Amino acid sequence: MDFPKEELLAPGHRGCAGCGAALAVRLALKQAGKNTVVITATGCLEVMTTPYPETAWEVPFVHVAFENAGAVASGVERALKAQGKEDVNVIAFGGDGGSVDIGLQSISGAMERGHNLTYICYDNEAYMNTGIQRSGATPWGASTTTSPSGSISYGEDKPKKNMPMIMAAHGIPYIATASISYPEDYMNKVKKAIETKGPAYIHLSQPCTTGWGFDPSKTIEVGRLSVETGFWPLYEIENGEFKVTYRPTERKPVVEYLKSQKRFKHLGEEQVQTIQDYVDNQCDEFGI
Amino acid sequence: MTKKVMTATAAISNAVKLAKPDVIPVYPITPMTTVAEYIADYVANGELDTEYIRVESEHSAMSAAIGASSTGVRTYTATSSQGLMYMHEVLFAAAGMRAPIVMGEANRSISSPLCILNDQQDSIAQRDSGWMQFYAKDGQEALDLTLTAFKVAENENILLPAMVCIDGFIITHTNEIVDVPEQEEVDRFLPPYVPKYSYLDPEKPVTVGSFTDSRYYMDARYAVEVAMNKSVEVIEDALKDFKDIFGREHDLIETYKCEDADIIFIGLGSVCSTVKVLVDEMREKGEKVGMLRIVSYRPFPSEKINEAIKNASKIAVMEKDISFGMGGALYQDLKTTVEGKEIIDFVIGLGGRDITPSAIYEVLERTKNPTKIINWIGVEEVD
Repeated sequence: MDFPKEELLAPGHRGCAGCGAALAVRLALKQAGKNTVVITATGCLEVMTTPYPETAWEVPFVHVAFENAGAVASGVERALKAQGKEDVNVIAFGGDGGSVDIGLQSISGAMERGHNLTYICYDNEAYMNTGIQRSGATPWGASTTTSPSGSISYGEDKPKKNMPMIMAAHGIPYIATASISYPEDYMNKVKKAIETKGPAYIHLSQPCTTGWGFDPSKTIEVGRLSVETGFWPLYEIENGEFKVTYRPTERKPVVEYLKSQKRFKHLGEEQVQTIQDYVDNQCDEFGI
Repeated sequence: MTKKVMTATAAISNAVKLAKPDVIPVYPITPMTTVAEYIADYVANGELDTEYIRVESEHSAMSAAIGASSTGVRTYTATSSQGLMYMHEVLFAAAGMRAPIVMGEANRSISSPLCILNDQQDSIAQRDSGWMQFYAKDGQEALDLTLTAFKVAENENILLPAMVCIDGFIITHTNEIVDVPEQEEVDRFLPPYVPKYSYLDPEKPVTVGSFTDSRYYMDARYAVEVAMNKSVEVIEDALKDFKDIFGREHDLIETYKCEDADIIFIGLGSVCSTVKVLVDEMREKGEKVGMLRIVSYRPFPSEKINEAIKNASKIAVMEKDISFGMGGALYQDLKTTVEGKEIIDFVIGLGGRDITPSAIYEVLERTKNPTKIINWIGVEEVD
């Protein structure tokens, strides 16, 4: 795959060393190119890239609030249409908090109305910008500052909300899961998403060095483990056709993924087995 | 010009059609629903070429409006009451991002208790958002102010959003004769919006809606203050143009028999129409009274108000909103800007309670012989 050399997210932004969100944007923009308008929800990405009077964005960018990226993108898309600029790619980025929780209604509205836009949820499985509070996307057993592990707690006590399937229920033409650790798979999906006439949604695994507790040099490795263990399945749903886009040749035990991060370090054998069972069921369902 | 009988929401919708916004995200809410419906009809019949977005909430209506306006196009929406309250957060964003959105707003009470009838608590609660606020007394004025709002909001020295408020049901659902201007006249008054500063365009990438800190935040807020102050003269200029083209005269305030009045009633919107009729009746009984209606509440026309009331000794503020324990917003504003007058506040007509002539006579009586500063008219007060 040819990766354009040009960077449309300039270096020097305030992302942490090893930040997966920056990588998520860089790769997407390499695929989308300059003829793009980006909308973001409030969150790490927005805060680290737009400290006035600086900006890391080499494409037009707009941010309004936390919960409304879907609606702002809807307005941008239709305003560009009104100006005959229908060829411009409209890409919205939101974290899991801004997408799965507080922004769900706004995204649902945008998807249902059929806007020609791509929404990429960069999911790091908690509110990282404000210091690792749980979100609806936090997986069972993860310790966060609002679902801490303790003498009578294993951390988050509810399974992760299944956002891609909620999007699928909207009957939109393109939905995919992806991981920054599989750039070719991700970029292919971004290409399909922006070429889709109508709404497209990508749910992207974005390991967070700070929130998950791993060395900044391990971002890609941790992301790979999530896929190789079956914890994070890679699939797409194109015009209703479900397809797994990557199958690990031999699924690794989920403990290898869990032990790579501090947020799971409190889990004992029994809890690890609970997660392994969950992952096994998920993989059976998806044929992985 | 065509004279037609229509409701105020139809008059506003006609203004919107004539202004030709490029994008209209809208969510229906009583008593402003018919604006969403009329505009939908225009689009369905090919009378208005606009991107009409059927959003899933008022919060998304305003968010989509900000997104659209950020690309540099004319943008309109309309709402009321709970819808306006739901927009509250993003109203501030619209003003801070200097998005010249125009919004029609039907004044309706705020839950709880849930009540769909008129008062002005909804828009008064948005007083500090950075939006210009105009209060029309009837459908004609609502049409005229809607066109004027676009012209002022989009002025390169202002770039603030504007809401045109009308009293829910009392005005929204009243049929009146309305002069609907010709398209050619409107085009002369309100040419297409050409954004001068930053807007979303891949040819010239800019970042809109940044994050900032204490080094820049306050300056951005002060810039809104400067624009709000500047808007007084821009509105005056726009209204001069309006008179030249359409022949109708408007001002930031309306006065009636204030020159020699000892007591002046001050209010917003339709209550002043009732007061105006009673001023004549009261004068026949020997009362030296006048009426001052504030058309532009933000910007607040302090100079004009002070000039108009200079000969009076007492001000009776009639308002359909309350900051509990502290009187209404207009009372507080007048206390800030008016010196040397006795100002008495009357909370009246909340939740659509009728403002009858006898209620206004009670206001007069309590102004002449005040027992307290904050008075609730139409309820049994507890001392």
